[in-house]
Amino acid sequence: ELSPQEYFSSLQPGRASLAYFSHNVSPGAQPFLEQIENSAEALQDYGISVMKVNCPKEDVSRYCGKENAIRKAYLFRGSMLIREFPTDALFDVNSIVANVLFALLFNEVKYVETLADLHNIENALKGKSNMVFAYVPATGTAEHRAVMEAAFVYGTVHQFVLTTEAALLKDTGNDEPDVSSARLLFCHCQQATDPAQPCRRTAMEQALTMLNIHRHLKLMGAPLVTEVAEDPEKVSTIHLQLGLPLVFILSQKETYEADRRTAEFVAWQLLGKAGVALLSRDLVNLNILLRSNVALKTPDEGVPIKYLVLEDTGEVITLVEDKNKVEQIQEDEEEEDEEDKENNDQDIQDDQVVEAVSRDKKRELPLEQILVLTEDTFHSALLETARTVVLFYASWEAVSLAVLQSYTEVASHLKGTGGVLLSRLNCWDWPGVCTKENVTQFPTIKIYEKGERSVMYDGMWGTEELTSFIMLSRVSCPLKLATIEEAEGYLRGELPSELSSYHHTSVLGVFSTATSEAREAFEEAGNILSGHVTMGMYFEDDALALSRKYAVSPPALLLARSGSQSVEGIGLSKQSVQDMVQMIRYASLDIFPEITVQNLPHFLQLRKPFLILFSDGDISQMESEEMLKLAKGRTRQALVACWLNLKRTPVGRGVLKAYFATVPSLPVLVWVNLHAGGQVFKFPAEQTIAEPNILSWLEKLKAGLEIPSSTLSEEDWKPPLPAYDFLQMMEKAVPEVPLHTSHHHRDTPARHPPESSGGDVTVREEPSQDTKAEKVGSPGRDLRGTAPRLAAREKQGRRHSEL
Amino acid sequence: LGLALYTGSLCAASGTAFLYHDYCVIGAGPSGLQAAYFLQQAGRDYIVFERSHAPGSFFALYPRHRKLISINKQYTGKSNSEFNLRHDWNSLLSHDPRLLFRRYSRDFFPDADTMVRYLEDFASLLELKVQYNTAIIHVTLERDEQAWNGHYFLLTDQDRQIYKCSSLLVATGTWVPNVVNFPGSEYVEGYETVSINPEDFAGQTVLILGRGNSAFETAENILGVTNFIHMVSRSRVRLSWATHYVGDLRAINNGLLDTYQLKSLDGLLEGDLEDLAIVKDKKGKLHITLRFYLENRNTSAGINSITLPQDELDNFATRAPYDRVIRCLGWKFDFSIYNRSLRMMPGKGNKKKYPQIKPSYESRGTRGLFVLGTASHSVDFRKSAGGFIHGFRYTTRAVHRLLENRHHGVPWPSTVYPITQLTNSIIKRVNEASGLYQMFSVLADIILLRENATAFEYLEEYPVGVLAELEVQTGRKAPNGLFVIIMEYGRNFSGADKDVFYYNRAVGEAQHAWQSNFLHPVIYYYKHLPTEHEMRLRLPDWPLPHPDAVHHIVEDFLTDWTAPNAHILPLRRFLENCLSTDLRNFFAESCFLFAFTRQKLPPFCQQGYVRTQGLVGSEGLRRHAVQAGLLEDYALTDFSGDRPPDSRHGSQDQLLRDHVIPVRPLQHLVNTKDE
Repeated sequence: ELSPQEYFSSLQPGRASLAYFSHNVSPGAQPFLEQIENSAEALQDYGISVMKVNCPKEDVSRYCGKENAIRKAYLFRGSMLIREFPTDALFDVNSIVANVLFALLFNEVKYVETLADLHNIENALKGKSNMVFAYVPATGTAEHRAVMEAAFVYGTVHQFVLTTEAALLKDTGNDEPDVSSARLLFCHCQQATDPAQPCRRTAMEQALTMLNIHRHLKLMGAPLVTEVAEDPEKVSTIHLQLGLPLVFILSQKETYEADRRTAEFVAWQLLGKAGVALLSRDLVNLNILLRSNVALKTPDEGVPIKYLVLEDTGEVITLVEDKNKVEQIQEDEEEEDEEDKENNDQDIQDDQVVEAVSRDKKRELPLEQILVLTEDTFHSALLETARTVVLFYASWEAVSLAVLQSYTEVASHLKGTGGVLLSRLNCWDWPGVCTKENVTQFPTIKIYEKGERSVMYDGMWGTEELTSFIMLSRVSCPLKLATIEEAEGYLRGELPSELSSYHHTSVLGVFSTATSEAREAFEEAGNILSGHVTMGMYFEDDALALSRKYAVSPPALLLARSGSQSVEGIGLSKQSVQDMVQMIRYASLDIFPEITVQNLPHFLQLRKPFLILFSDGDISQMESEEMLKLAKGRTRQALVACWLNLKRTPVGRGVLKAYFATVPSLPVLVWVNLHAGGQVFKFPAEQTIAEPNILSWLEKLKAGLEIPSSTLSEEDWKPPLPAYDFLQMMEKAVPEVPLHTSHHHRDTPARHPPESSGGDVTVREEPSQDTKAEKVGSPGRDLRGTAPRLAAREKQGRRHSEL
Repeated sequence: LGLALYTGSLCAASGTAFLYHDYCVIGAGPSGLQAAYFLQQAGRDYIVFERSHAPGSFFALYPRHRKLISINKQYTGKSNSEFNLRHDWNSLLSHDPRLLFRRYSRDFFPDADTMVRYLEDFASLLELKVQYNTAIIHVTLERDEQAWNGHYFLLTDQDRQIYKCSSLLVATGTWVPNVVNFPGSEYVEGYETVSINPEDFAGQTVLILGRGNSAFETAENILGVTNFIHMVSRSRVRLSWATHYVGDLRAINNGLLDTYQLKSLDGLLEGDLEDLAIVKDKKGKLHITLRFYLENRNTSAGINSITLPQDELDNFATRAPYDRVIRCLGWKFDFSIYNRSLRMMPGKGNKKKYPQIKPSYESRGTRGLFVLGTASHSVDFRKSAGGFIHGFRYTTRAVHRLLENRHHGVPWPSTVYPITQLTNSIIKRVNEASGLYQMFSVLADIILLRENATAFEYLEEYPVGVLAELEVQTGRKAPNGLFVIIMEYGRNFSGADKDVFYYNRAVGEAQHAWQSNFLHPVIYYYKHLPTEHEMRLRLPDWPLPHPDAVHHIVEDFLTDWTAPNAHILPLRRFLENCLSTDLRNFFAESCFLFAFTRQKLPPFCQQGYVRTQGLVGSEGLRRHAVQAGLLEDYALTDFSGDRPPDSRHGSQDQLLRDHVIPVRPLQHLVNTKDE
């Protein structure tokens, strides 16, 4: 409370002040004085002082002296009068603050009355700055104050435009505007380039309060889409800080551009309601990310991120816009998730063989070459041909059917080969034969020799292997060679001539007449190996001559590998059949083989580490020689040296990717111990593949001086997906199921079906629409007419049932 | 065996007047001959006693009207002999294909004479040891600690010849007619003797007591010539197609239901026969009254003094007099020949016509005494088929297997398979096994798991009621958990007064399989063999105690459970989750990749590929697998090696249809729903 002199002398340049000049305390001014006192603090925040100037009685100066002065308040900036307010316009704190700021922020807040004015301002702003357009039904309201207060803070950043004209609201895209409530729109004019188009607008949904406007403007200022490359749990943006959810659009490198567009589209829709972030799956290694495409993070602490699979952008919007729907969608999602787990994924065939066979079921197989056997024809058919191959299978079983396909290929290969009949017997049609023939697994292939023994095929279920087996088992094993010339021819792979294209290693047993025990074991071994190995034997008197030629003493084995001129000689020291089988198997393996899908099992059985040269195509002569040297050397006992042709065995790429994440430059030499530890080592690329280098590298490996490139997973093979939990479903539906007690009321004859046990009711509680419809429609189920029927039954009972 | 030899020589040495056999079978009906067949096949010392001069003496008389109601299906469209037995209700089990009933009759409901001829052939072709014209009139025990069961059975025939046996198999069926005694029951004719010539009933009014197949069969025969037929019984009529029980009224006999419901004078009544009384008037007409009125009457007075119900209630239903009253009340077991020491007790309630036996078919009173055939029906009365040829031929085999194990140390036959054959072996059995199918909820296949679940042992058709005793009864061990494969109807589906034709009665989707109503396979998993205690605490409708997990294979309209996605896949998932392993099949190429990139291999690769039995597969199949996304084609990925195989470019909309959303399979064709 100052005197006029004091007041005017206190005014500082540039500082605003609101003054009320009062004479005696007139009772009419009292309420106004209270209001202006209350507003002092609020205005103080904006650097505006509020003064009450006590006019001396005799003062007739400009402000004190006027008749109506007491009905006015004056706003000064410095000593300059800005505006005079009638006291009835300053009816409360809001109106005081609103009007005072409105007056002071004359440039920052443009008041418009017509659409044309609005558009002019908007157009002028395009490309320069954004606009905040506010409609208040009247000035001096709380909303007006809030807008002004916001303008005080943001007025230099955005152009504020105010109107009280309801007509202008129509321009905001709202056809039926509620003129009684204030609105605020953020117009994104800065980015607007097209002069013909109005700026994009984002209406504020909340009530016009200072805080809300502040929030809204903050949000408008935030980047449209935030790019994120970390665990979403750790991400925080202004949206979350302001209590809004954050939507993650999960992207990956390949679809980044499209995802970015989606994110922006969604972000525009959600502007002011939620934040949008674009998250790269590639950069964040979270499994959950692979199953979903959208994540929602809520500002509430401790609430985990929801990962969702949504169909379109509309769902994302609904997700945020409608709280109730959020809950619902989440529930649905959970249910769906559950169902996904229970139904969809589980329903989908994940067995590659079954799926492949069922995708192929409509194709008719060329089975003409294969004789169909029945219980009645089985035995007679076996007697007709020297060798009958029988495929025992089950027509519903996928592996059988896959083998049947290869079998048809075998049949076409062997077409015209005499003495072999290919046939099949469906154990689903003729279980008796299969049981009698001791077929316990599907499929089984047996080769029956006319009137003699049968051999069960125990090789790969592949066309080549089976063809070769059938062909090789046509010749007696071992083949008795009569002359030394025959024996030599045999070793050259010329004998028996029809097999020259099938075998690669010929094994010749050389026995003197004295070594009958070894010879018998060899013959027995031949029986076992029949079909897999070609074996010959020579035990004529001049066997010694043969053995001397190859520097062995009988009993001995001579090995001739196809493609190699040399003949290896091995003395037969062990005489048991098993040992001999083992030895022949081992000896007939190649020294430096090309590993293939088909031959790997033979080498796996050795249970040694592998040294594999991966090559894209054939390996060079030099590499081959070096590796062969190595393989023949002392390492032979310690490892399997082999090479892999990625052209022939493309799955080798999968192996390399598993080892090194990408396919390294080829050729690459890898040491892997499949049977102990599973460590994988890569031969340094800078070293040349030469025996000494490799040997010293192997030494280093052994000494533990090298770091493995990777280690093979030790993980067990678990069920790929869960099963239907029928027990749980039953327990849910029939509460008595989990009870291990017998406290269950027993069936009584008096019980009628409609009110029968819980099980019955609950079973019927899950009817599909049809059941419900039927229940409604069928007579006798609704309640209408129940009473007469009951009466009728009673009557009938007395007359009829009780004799 | 040593014991058997010992007891054998003991008998020979003592040289007494009795004849000794390890096994005595009483009765050369279907079950007696069936038991004889198995004993013969096993080379056991046995004898069958038959009081008649030929086998199947019951069938020589009954059914009176000679039409068997067991179906004899000529064609099923399948050649699988085991499967076809599911629809052949008359053949006994044997290795001889000549002894299939369809070779004896082409009738769907064959003549009973054919059955007699069949049984004669069965006994003679298989050279079964049957002693005819030998009526066992008394059975008693002789205690002897050396005996298999602590006692011998001494059987006396009509000529006082005594036979001594270590084990007694009772296959006498139920042949003693059920009779009721009430005032006037002397006027009642029995089913056994009543005329089967319709002419004899011309223009007569007939009352039939009873409501079983024999009652309806009798009615059927005379339906066309009588004035009307009334049928009285305590219980409501139970229709076989509503109860799924073949002993209830079969549709072939239900002509009277038709004429009753269409108001063609015939009728059905409910009432207790014990309360009944029959009075004969001077004209020989039979009047129905109540025992109650007779008890109060003046004994000296004649017929006119007897109160008839219609005197008080003038519209009393059976006020019209009858010309004949026929009793068709079925039969019961002959308890009379057993000494009290055998404690052959009648069952309780509606099972009182059968002797009390355990679920192993052994008498509750006497060890070593087994009841076979119709007389053994108390185990599954009104549930399964154990009282009929097509059921007890399997239970008889089960009893034989129990005996082989108990007395001869021959364990229950079983086959050991690698675990990769688990799904297959179950699918094979549920699709063809006839014993499981006929004796649903009674006989079950058992899978005993070997250690680490790498292999399993398969036992067929074990009586599920004695599951707890499995190790003792079969000689097989079950330390690592087991699966029980059984067939079931939906609980609460069947019943005497249930509507079995309601809409949506059939479940079509695998995920709702547990609600299947028609006969379908159910697999129970137990980590440990259930104990006796757990067996006793079974829920009333459950054949087995609470399992650790259970799987239902969804019911199938064709009873063909070989659909890869609806039947086999869910089963595989169930087995995988019970065993905690991966039972998928893999092509050799996948196994190759696993062998080089994983330290452990899935069972299919471990037991196949590694043992050089890999599934190479044709090029076409590999291509299908690649297209299905289940096999990666590395030959094609040269240029985009790092790209995840499943990523796809797409527009905004496509993108949000996330790439991991799987392709939904086509809707299954729903079976009966769409009828």
